[in-house]
Amino acid sequence: MLRLASKRVLGLATRDGQSVSRPAQAVLPRFYHENVIDHYNNPRNVGSFDKNDPTIGTGLVGAPACGDVMKLQIKVDEKSGQIVDARFKTFGCGSAIASSSVATEWVKGKQMQEVLTIKNTEIAKHLSLPPVKLHCSMLAEDAIKAAVKDYEAKRSKGTIPEAAPVEKAADA
Amino acid sequence: MASKLLASTLRQTLTKATAYSVTRQFSTAAAVSVAAAAPAPDSYEDPNGIIMKGVKIAGRPLYLDMQATTPVDPRVLDAMLPFFLSRYGNPHSRTHLFGWESDLAVENARSQISDLIGASPKEIIFTSGATESNNISIKGVMHFYKDKKRHVITTQTEHKCVLDSCRHLQQEGFEITYLPVGSDGIVDLKELRAAIRPDTGLISIMAVNNEIGVIQPMEEIGEICKEFKIPFHTDAAQALGKIPVDVEKWNVSLMSLSGHKIYGPKGVGALYLRRRPRIRVEPLINGGGQERGLRSGTLPTPLIVGFGSACEIAKKEMDYDHKRIMALQDRLLNGIREKIDGVVINGSVERRYAGNLNLSFAYVEGESLLMGLKEVAVSSGSACTSASLEPSYVLRALGVDEDMAHTSIRFGIGRFSTEAEIDRAVELTVKQVVKLREMSPLYEMFFFLLSLLTEKEGVNVWPGFPCLVTPEAYDWENNNFHLFDRVEADAASAFIALWLEKYNLSSQSQYEDVQQLKWNGDKQMVASVRNEVCKRLLIFALSEEAYLFHRRRIAESSHK
Repeated sequence: MLRLASKRVLGLATRDGQSVSRPAQAVLPRFYHENVIDHYNNPRNVGSFDKNDPTIGTGLVGAPACGDVMKLQIKVDEKSGQIVDARFKTFGCGSAIASSSVATEWVKGKQMQEVLTIKNTEIAKHLSLPPVKLHCSMLAEDAIKAAVKDYEAKRSKGTIPEAAPVEKAADA
Repeated sequence: MASKLLASTLRQTLTKATAYSVTRQFSTAAAVSVAAAAPAPDSYEDPNGIIMKGVKIAGRPLYLDMQATTPVDPRVLDAMLPFFLSRYGNPHSRTHLFGWESDLAVENARSQISDLIGASPKEIIFTSGATESNNISIKGVMHFYKDKKRHVITTQTEHKCVLDSCRHLQQEGFEITYLPVGSDGIVDLKELRAAIRPDTGLISIMAVNNEIGVIQPMEEIGEICKEFKIPFHTDAAQALGKIPVDVEKWNVSLMSLSGHKIYGPKGVGALYLRRRPRIRVEPLINGGGQERGLRSGTLPTPLIVGFGSACEIAKKEMDYDHKRIMALQDRLLNGIREKIDGVVINGSVERRYAGNLNLSFAYVEGESLLMGLKEVAVSSGSACTSASLEPSYVLRALGVDEDMAHTSIRFGIGRFSTEAEIDRAVELTVKQVVKLREMSPLYEMFFFLLSLLTEKEGVNVWPGFPCLVTPEAYDWENNNFHLFDRVEADAASAFIALWLEKYNLSSQSQYEDVQQLKWNGDKQMVASVRNEVCKRLLIFALSEEAYLFHRRRIAESSHK
């Protein structure tokens, strides 16, 4: 009888706990979408390219004081203008890491002009970012634009290709 | 374990209580349970793992967030259970046994609590928690003495409920001084003295900080308050049962206490209110006149009994707990520092409660670290503010840079933490920090800059971390850095200054204070200098100048 009684009390306790917690759960927004978790746990295209390679465009946006810094690099095929590869490094929350990971995936294989049309809202939608995290997707959009801009600036100047080997040594 | 515990408690209860009342209790309970909840499948826990808020983990995480709340000690629960099940009388009922026994239990708890803080039981008033006690203390005292006293002194690192109560007073026309704290989180007594005015009606300074665990010099502050005859309020929610608390030594007039921070139940707290010299407050809650009219409302007997019992246990085991927690803290800190560099303790290293370890991991953002640490329940600051994206206001008050304030994690160790838990936490933290640093552009830039200095300038800079560490500082045998003990901080800062000057960067304001760095033989100073140098390097690495300088260097070298 004792066992029965204590079981009942226990059962009641857990059930009560649930019935209290469940409505609260329903009200709260889900914290991270599974796409965010996936990109956070297995980020795609982490790494760096040589910044001074003429076929590389680098976008560095954000500030450490704001909690987010994103570096996105694109490797462009000079003849076709197609982005053949992309890399990122990000200091920031999980959403920022996921946003930049998604951005590198999306820009790969696309034309330069094409990637400029990638909107932060698309990234946010893909990752189901909550409103407080929208700035992460905006940062990713900015990073793509900055990278393209950097590449174009390099091409129009065309001054630094011969310096590349030196830079490599410094980067090591 | 829990079921065993419950069973044993029930056994106790049943033998003590009359069979009749217990059966009746259970029959109703069973009826309610059948009616209310059909056998619901567990919403988030299943044998394959836990899925909640989009996060999937293999099992329940290990708990290292003892500043947010603590588990109820099984002995406390044992004491509480009879008051839920059989002795459920209203302690204010004067006409029957149920009331009398509850009243007795409440009074017993009152003396258990007063024993722990060296007060008289008559000076304890039960509330719903430390937040309510803080509200009564600050608003209550100021409202009571509002004709003569119009000024309150507090610190910038107080708990939100103290700061918010002060804001509220400000709106009513009171004046508040928010004292700054030093980089170690300790309030400057000279500044406190200077802030006192003839119409200062209250000084409120917390004993142990909830975010960084630093202990304020309570006795000295108490002395100052005594000298100027100003009531002294302290929020001791994080101090009670963890460090020795004595209201006479500290000379406090009001003190806020909380049950759930010392292995007691949530929803109960207490306010210490000094009788000699008497301090008076205006009640926030009016009603039946319980607690001498200062806090009306029926007392929650089971919670109060639990709180009292938790205080008694805390008194008995404080020394033992402290030694244990200290050892666990060392294990955690050394374990992490062995594997990764760039770990900074926030707040004073000497004057702190060992169970609260607030660490910053340079170049890793706190929230992403927390996301990867789902198997360890830690927080990036106080539970109240963990929902916001702002860096902790406490860390900002310490003068921690915003970028470092974004990187902080609070590890809370308690009575029931085990060595295995600590080891696992170390393992997971290290793994995650290493992973995120590989992903961090800041970390990359820092190394790039150091290698740039080494190779281009021929300067003897070792790519150590997080500062300039010379090869001499590297212990080849043990494969370990003598972290900064041998680094001449002023040499380092002088070097930076020179280097900046060389490239005409020193004139810019953001680099000016680099030259003002001075080394005064104090270890703490070394740490702050180191961080400063590190920060400057980072700012520089991120700035346009670095990029231009870099380009210039390359152009020059290719020109040659």
